[in-house]
Amino acid sequence: MKLTVTVNGTSYTRVVEPRLLLIHFLRDELGLTGSHWGCDTSNCGACVVWLDETPVKSCTMLAVMADGRRVMTVEGLARGGSLDPVQQGFAACHGLQCGFCTPGMMLTARWLLDRNPDPSEAEVREVISGQICRCTGYENIVRSVLWAAAHDDRLRAAPPQGRRAVHPRPRHLR
Amino acid sequence: MQVPAQVEYEKAASVEHALSLLARYGPEAKVLAGGHSLIPMMKLRLAQPEVLIDISGLSGLSYLTLAGNVLRIGTLTRHAQLLDSEVVGEHFAILHDAERVIADPIVRNWGTVGGSLCQADPSEDLSAAFAAMKGTMVIHGPDGRREVSAREFHTGPYETVVGPAELLIEIRLPIRPGGGSAYRKVARRAGDWPVGAAGAAVWLAAGGRRIADAGIGLAAVGAAHFAAAEAEDFLRGRPADEPTLARAGEIAAEHCRPVTDQRGPADYKRHLARELTIRVLRAAVSRGLAS
Repeated sequence: MKLTVTVNGTSYTRVVEPRLLLIHFLRDELGLTGSHWGCDTSNCGACVVWLDETPVKSCTMLAVMADGRRVMTVEGLARGGSLDPVQQGFAACHGLQCGFCTPGMMLTARWLLDRNPDPSEAEVREVISGQICRCTGYENIVRSVLWAAAHDDRLRAAPPQGRRAVHPRPRHLR
Repeated sequence: MQVPAQVEYEKAASVEHALSLLARYGPEAKVLAGGHSLIPMMKLRLAQPEVLIDISGLSGLSYLTLAGNVLRIGTLTRHAQLLDSEVVGEHFAILHDAERVIADPIVRNWGTVGGSLCQADPSEDLSAAFAAMKGTMVIHGPDGRREVSAREFHTGPYETVVGPAELLIEIRLPIRPGGGSAYRKVARRAGDWPVGAAGAAVWLAAGGRRIADAGIGLAAVGAAHFAAAEAEDFLRGRPADEPTLARAGEIAAEHCRPVTDQRGPADYKRHLARELTIRVLRAAVSRGLAS
């Protein structure tokens, strides 16, 4: 079945099996391996991407369900060559250890800050309650998000029209 | 690696189109809304439909409207929308209580109310909440619409009265004077299915001293139709005091049939049915007095 989806501002048209999960479409068809395939059971949140305006667990979506919609992955989080304040927060506060949960954590954090620019620590913990850091580095993840909240206005550029990946696709997938 | 079995896919362009697709493909077709119950079942091969009929693009089925004294919830309304709605919070505190503990914020972004109900998992929280509120389900089929009470909607685990050629379209909840409601759940960890959960709605009379009517919903404890009808009968017309609520909790626990599973032993679940029923009744009465 043919689907057309806009990922990080770029439109892609592919023919896929209806049973293909969105996470595998992003990783295997488009080569966007920033989104991680973790528990496969909607529990861990490593696969979180934005579908239109909200983060979703892409292991629990069929790729065809994204037909005609917009997807943002971690590759689309930086704008105009500069890291999103959330990414800067994770760097500043040591918000990642192994890094496996990080893309999903950052995409959920960006959504939170767009809705609630000044969240409490409890609100940060609540919003990531469906995501697991197997290094158990939650303290620093929460600190990173709060850092981003404190620096968001100053560091965040106006959203450009259509977000583009700043990293090129892996050579073997071009 | 979990992937669904091969399946055909049809995208419905309208309710009528969805109904014609359902009529064409018959019982081997499954309706796909948010997919957050169905796709995990398909990945485990516990569900293996031949065709998916995707209704997720039917944005006209996503709404929350207050018409007179009835809240209408479109079947594609997402859990997050229910939780974000001020109208829902004002009149149906039970739904906000329940939504805060249904899955996690990310799952709530895409999972739908109608999808949860039609999946009919015996541990599903909204089914118990709607049973407590004595809601009505509107089902659209080839011969038009029909209404079914929330108490008649589920016919068993993973089974509902929605026929293979029908769609759940809307849930209706009445707003009645003197009402208060609440929901509580015990789960093993954040976002999990309940070990046991209870919801209650009470409608008070005589300046708050007497219970005119009550609704009690139970999830995950083997309550028939997600309800504790015998405890409701007991409460009707009695004073809204602590001994009455305690007795109602005992009656609710006596009539449910929990089973021992990986979430807990049956006797613990029965204990939860009693204790949570008392707590939600207490909270519902308190909210009813404040309203």
